[in-house]
Amino acid sequence: MSEDTSVTRRNFLYITTGSFAAAGSAALAWPFVDQMNPDASVKALASTEVDLTPILPGQSITILWRGKPVFIRRRTPEEITEASKVKLDELPDPEGDEDRVQNPEWLIMVGICTHLGCIPLGQKGEYNGWFCPCHGSHYDTSGRIRKGPAPKNLEIPQYVFLDENTVKIG
Amino acid sequence: MSDNYEPSSAIGKWFDKRLPLLTLFAGHVLPYPTPKNLNYWWTFGGILTFCLIAQIVTGLVLAMHYVADADQAFNSVEHIMRDVNFGWMLRYIHANGASMMFMAVYIHMARSLFYGSYKEPRELIWIIGVFIFLLMIATAFMGYVLPWGQMSFWAATVITNLFSAIPFVGESITNWLWGGYAVGSPLLTRFFTLHYLMPFLIFALVILHVWALHVPGNNNPEGIDVVQGSQDTVPFHPHYVVKDMFALVVFLVIFAGFIFFVPNLLGHTDNYIPANPLQTPEHIVPEWYFLPFYAILRSVPDKLGGVILMVSSIAILAFLPWLDTSKVRSAKYRPLYKQFFWLFIADVILLGYLGSQTADGLFLLIARIATAYYFIHFLVLMPLLGFVEKTKPLPKSISEPVLSKEEREGQATQST
Amino acid sequence: MKKIIIKITFGFLFLTSYGFAAEIHEPLHPDWSFEGPFGIYERASLQRGYQVYTEVCSGCHSMDLLSYRNLIEEGGPEFSKEQAKAMAAMFEVEDGPNEDGEMYMRPAILSDYFVSPWENKQQARVANGGAYPPDLSVIVKAREGGADYIYSLLIGYEDPPSDMEIDDGVYYNIYAKGEKIAMPQPLYEDGVEYTDGTVATPEQMAHDVTMFLTWAAEPKLEARKRIGFKVISYLIILSFLLYFTNRRIWKDTH
Repeated sequence: MSEDTSVTRRNFLYITTGSFAAAGSAALAWPFVDQMNPDASVKALASTEVDLTPILPGQSITILWRGKPVFIRRRTPEEITEASKVKLDELPDPEGDEDRVQNPEWLIMVGICTHLGCIPLGQKGEYNGWFCPCHGSHYDTSGRIRKGPAPKNLEIPQYVFLDENTVKIG
Repeated sequence: MSDNYEPSSAIGKWFDKRLPLLTLFAGHVLPYPTPKNLNYWWTFGGILTFCLIAQIVTGLVLAMHYVADADQAFNSVEHIMRDVNFGWMLRYIHANGASMMFMAVYIHMARSLFYGSYKEPRELIWIIGVFIFLLMIATAFMGYVLPWGQMSFWAATVITNLFSAIPFVGESITNWLWGGYAVGSPLLTRFFTLHYLMPFLIFALVILHVWALHVPGNNNPEGIDVVQGSQDTVPFHPHYVVKDMFALVVFLVIFAGFIFFVPNLLGHTDNYIPANPLQTPEHIVPEWYFLPFYAILRSVPDKLGGVILMVSSIAILAFLPWLDTSKVRSAKYRPLYKQFFWLFIADVILLGYLGSQTADGLFLLIARIATAYYFIHFLVLMPLLGFVEKTKPLPKSISEPVLSKEEREGQATQST
Repeated sequence: MKKIIIKITFGFLFLTSYGFAAEIHEPLHPDWSFEGPFGIYERASLQRGYQVYTEVCSGCHSMDLLSYRNLIEEGGPEFSKEQAKAMAAMFEVEDGPNEDGEMYMRPAILSDYFVSPWENKQQARVANGGAYPPDLSVIVKAREGGADYIYSLLIGYEDPPSDMEIDDGVYYNIYAKGEKIAMPQPLYEDGVEYTDGTVATPEQMAHDVTMFLTWAAEPKLEARKRIGFKVISYLIILSFLLYFTNRRIWKDTH
């Protein structure tokens, strides 16, 4: 056996062992990282189903979803019309009302001010929508920022209508 | 060898000049001249280091989910087992890791006892080791309390109650320890804090332990001094790095066997019953690695006496370098000591078995005899053997452990 | 003389009867599908076991650590989401406070935990003659003998021997500690009407509910053994690689 072949064989053995050990160590690391991901009990609460039957037009409810408040408002025809009439260039964060709702009657948004995280008050402010008392941000009937320091419109969460009277958020 | 190491990269040079870690690692640790004849009993130091790191890392991630409150602790552990991603695995690694670590430490200590690794000039390595062992005991004990099962609670009650045996200040110390008038939530939270802390103290002591070792260098199975840098040594890397890794992987096969197939074998079913201060389990038993000491504790009818004897059984280890009067290190060349060594091991295993039984009748009688023998081994046999024993002739070097027949006969008439 | 002989005879019988009464019955050892390194649960048995727990045991025993969502998870009974939702909805949980500051009852959903039959432990004791029916979430791991013991206990009820005194509220069971247990026999022939048509003998029900309880205590058993097999196979291969590497490294020494 020449010097060359034996060195090659030796290197092959070392490299194989080293790679195999490294692969195992990498696989070992995953559980330690994954344990910090949301666990099963948290994920079980990741989506919430809401019964919409008790909500009349012009009424809002606030539910807790993933630890955050979510506004569910059954808008009146006036509010819907007002929202759709607004021109995009009037908006600090341009977004059409039709892009913010699946069913125009139901406005569903995360009730956290996009400025610094306070919860805006409903049916207040200069635009008939929401008003954040912390630093004076005004949102309209579509939850879009109109005036004040908040940079973006109120967030629309992922949701789906399971039927006419039930919506699943998240 | 550390004198002539130079880092190869520019960054390496810049860093090493300011903090010589690279020189320490690549210039000292990796090429460290190690006796070439070390057998597999020498791999347990490396295994223990792995165990320590494994316990710290798994403990750290478990601590992200565990709640150290009497009303929530048990359920938080079950939450880890059921809901946390891979939580069941992390918990079983940590629980069985403690047992594996004690198994390794007992083998590691037995190696030192057999080959005389505690003898001059390695006395301080051994004594630091005794302190590491003590910290391990404290850490494991507190760790077992955390799941707040029946055994957790009652083991805590029994052991913390021992402090009340101290004359005059006993009861105050115990209430101070409890933060109350019985084991409860205050004790649990402080045990959690201390359990988190101690492994880092162990880690620091391990660094001192290895540093102290690197002064004289490793002992070896022959027990004779080895000239560093000679034909009798090999560089630590790759020879012992790879050998240690091989031994570690074999160890891990056993470890994995426990974790994945019999994870509760070494535990006690009573610890899956939530702690009930109003109901004592029929037989309070500690984990297997404490059983010999538990037997010693219970062999004395007096509470304080039992405590003193139990603590002494560990403390006496620190004095071993001076209790053992033999000039010969390795039991390989001490035929009489070798037999007493195995007798001692058998005695400790017997004590372990007795610790798992009730302390009455024949069990108690034998436990007392076994306890007496334990102390006789250290206090009587070790000093005596050094004078009385006829040792075998030592080899000239580790490369030639077998002398020629004439040399052996010639040596025999000279020894002692 | 006669008196002495009579005394000795009765004394002997008394002492030996102690021996008979104290005879320890080892639990039965049925074959469990989950035993061994490749063991898994039997899906259908788990589902039947859930039915036995719900219809028989849950009247007295809580299972606080289990949630209705566990019933659809991999490695368990694996009911469908719809089935589990329907089963959860059969129970009511307290929720609230609502806008009026009041607590109210609502049907359980998947994320809720199994509804306990009791509001607190004390209530449980009072209803059971001072004995607390233990929570069953980890009972299989909390008893020596595990599944074998639980299974045996459930079908271990017999008529007590004639010389034994049994108080009210205590029952004779050959596998119980001291052969006495505060739980009355729970399983009778056809006690449950299995939805899959299996004949509900006491042995069948005991088998199914024990299988279910074992899963409840160890829901990750299947994943654990699966991963364990992979880990140990990997380690064995790695040990061979390291063995040969080590041999190579040491070849030129000595």
